[in-house]
Amino acid sequence: MPMFKARKLCPEAIILPPNMAKYQKAGKEVRALMLELTPLVEPLSIDEAFLDLTGTEKLHKSSPAESLARLALKIEREVGLTVSIGLSHNKFLAKIASDLNKPRGFSVIGKAETLSFLAEKPVRFVWGIGQKTSESLAKDGLTTLGQIQSMAERDLVARYGKLGGHLWHLARGHDERIVDPDSEAKSISAETTFDIDIAEFDDLARELWPLCEKVSDRLKRAGLAGGNVHLKLKTGGFRIISRQMSLNAPTQLAETLFRSGRTMLQREATGMRYRLIGIGVGDIRDAADADPMDLADPGAAQRRKVEAAIDAVRAKLGKGSIGKGRGLEFKRR
Amino acid sequence: MKLTIERTALLKSLGHVQSVVERRNTIPILSNVLLEAKGERLALTATDMDLAIVDHAPGEIAAPGAATVPAHMLYDIVRKLPEGSQVQLELAGDGGQVAIRAGRSRFTLQTLPKEDFPSTAAGELPHRFPIAAVDLRSLIDHTRFAISTEETRYYLNGIYLHAHTGSKQHALRAVATDGHRLARVEMPLPDGAENIPGVIIPRKMVGEVRKLIEEVDGAVEVSLSDTRVRFAFNDIVLTSKLIDGSFPDYQRVIPTGNDKTLEVDRREFRDAVDRVSTISSEKSRAVKLSLKSGSVVISATSPENGTAMEELEVKYEGAALEIGFNARYLLDVADEVDGDGLQMVLADAVAPTLVRDMADAMALYVLMPMRV
Repeated sequence: MPMFKARKLCPEAIILPPNMAKYQKAGKEVRALMLELTPLVEPLSIDEAFLDLTGTEKLHKSSPAESLARLALKIEREVGLTVSIGLSHNKFLAKIASDLNKPRGFSVIGKAETLSFLAEKPVRFVWGIGQKTSESLAKDGLTTLGQIQSMAERDLVARYGKLGGHLWHLARGHDERIVDPDSEAKSISAETTFDIDIAEFDDLARELWPLCEKVSDRLKRAGLAGGNVHLKLKTGGFRIISRQMSLNAPTQLAETLFRSGRTMLQREATGMRYRLIGIGVGDIRDAADADPMDLADPGAAQRRKVEAAIDAVRAKLGKGSIGKGRGLEFKRR
Repeated sequence: MKLTIERTALLKSLGHVQSVVERRNTIPILSNVLLEAKGERLALTATDMDLAIVDHAPGEIAAPGAATVPAHMLYDIVRKLPEGSQVQLELAGDGGQVAIRAGRSRFTLQTLPKEDFPSTAAGELPHRFPIAAVDLRSLIDHTRFAISTEETRYYLNGIYLHAHTGSKQHALRAVATDGHRLARVEMPLPDGAENIPGVIIPRKMVGEVRKLIEEVDGAVEVSLSDTRVRFAFNDIVLTSKLIDGSFPDYQRVIPTGNDKTLEVDRREFRDAVDRVSTISSEKSRAVKLSLKSGSVVISATSPENGTAMEELEVKYEGAALEIGFNARYLLDVADEVDGDGLQMVLADAVAPTLVRDMADAMALYVLMPMRV
């Protein structure tokens, strides 16, 4: 729900700004405790991760369920956060289990009860099945995973193609994906939804700049750089437009992200009203080769110095202490 | 239109023009070649709207006229006709078809109205100067490898040709860069080129011109306006739109204060880099040069593949220095250097490095190092 709707529905709501730094610190502490259990920890987001506990019974002298219960207790005591845990025999089911009785939940889906557990769940339970697919499935009379379980894989594939096969496997609780601790962030992005839909290029570009700073900030802090830039727009009619551009060299500079994003935006800002804009980088890699001098862009070195200077001042005096002019708030006419 | 023409002559001219025709065209007429029989010659024209080429072949014209037929199809037909045959082209079927006869072979090709063929008139080209084909080949060969393919910076997708007013001598300069490397070549300014505007000649035009002047001995006539360039030689005229953009101020990125000079045998260096780079990861293609007095060690390490190193005896007296380069870029430059000696002038591991052909003072290259 966009903020303006929330405000309208609940004018007396108190709105707190998020404190990313605090979340990140806690996230790191939690991650460290997870790693005490198993090296196979695959972070999903700042506050979620998959752990593969296969074969750890002997090491911890306890079953995975016991180990996890101890982990939850330890996190509560040492970090001061409550966690929800889902234990199962694959990623798909573990994720579902973790969502079952939040907060401070602990759910187990065993192999024996997998089919019966999934049978009464709606098809939307499967990732990849969105509103549109579930609507078209409902038209064909398919609403629960139990119905899918009773069908032949061949028929589903014949009718829905690849998605049919996907649905059939997951409806039976099959998920072959492994827990991969090296599955690093494939992209880093930031987006914002507007209070009121925007069509003007200048206004969209103004919304884009702080997002570029945000993405750049995350890259710089992680010592990473992105080799390509993608722009995301959502129209008033909820249609998503994505555009991508490869960079000549990987970057972590907000200025470079903005310039690429603006170029892509220019082609899309042709009168359509947008409700959301986002920018991100992909082809993530180490920052060692980021932003080299560019022989075709004599001004690039200067811009890099400017950004480094801004970063240095901000590190000392705070984020609002200095910034580029394009980051200033303008009152929209 | 009716004419008879030797297969060899027709094939040669068709070969010249057909490569301008794109394989896929949304506008059907652009797949066609315009044939115009007039006087003693057949004129063949092809265009992709940006680039147009006209070539002429001698023929016996029985009835002057014009027609357009699919370029690649006609080329393939003529290519497959027996050597030495005489080819007869005739507009038939009320102008809807062109009949091709040679020996016992008969073809008819559908035509498209010649009136629909885009005009290839270039408008006024106020600047005109001659350049020896051998010089033009040199300008192109020493720069085209550095042309960028990056779409966003479209103004880098060609060779920047301009007159440089030096303190001693005026020069015609060609420059290309993709941001990672830059190539600059010059030659004495030809008469008539004193006031030419700086122009960016698109990659496709560069490629077509280079291909066609391979065998040319004499001079090529260059004509220019702010928006178009034309190269004329023998019976061929190539006209192209220029890239509408401004080329970066490349002078600012050419280092002037580099103080460490390395001189290597071009071939030895090239081959060593080539061998060592076999190990480099596909993505970065990085090789490291470790310089110390009298020697350079070329090395590469890849976590996946292993390591490689090779030591060369070189002329170097500067302080010890380690610097990384993309092997591809080193090889490209080494391939373009004509002489035996290649000179690198370095500053440090992160600053741009100058590369020179020790036998040719007119060419200069700049390479950006990589962190290794």
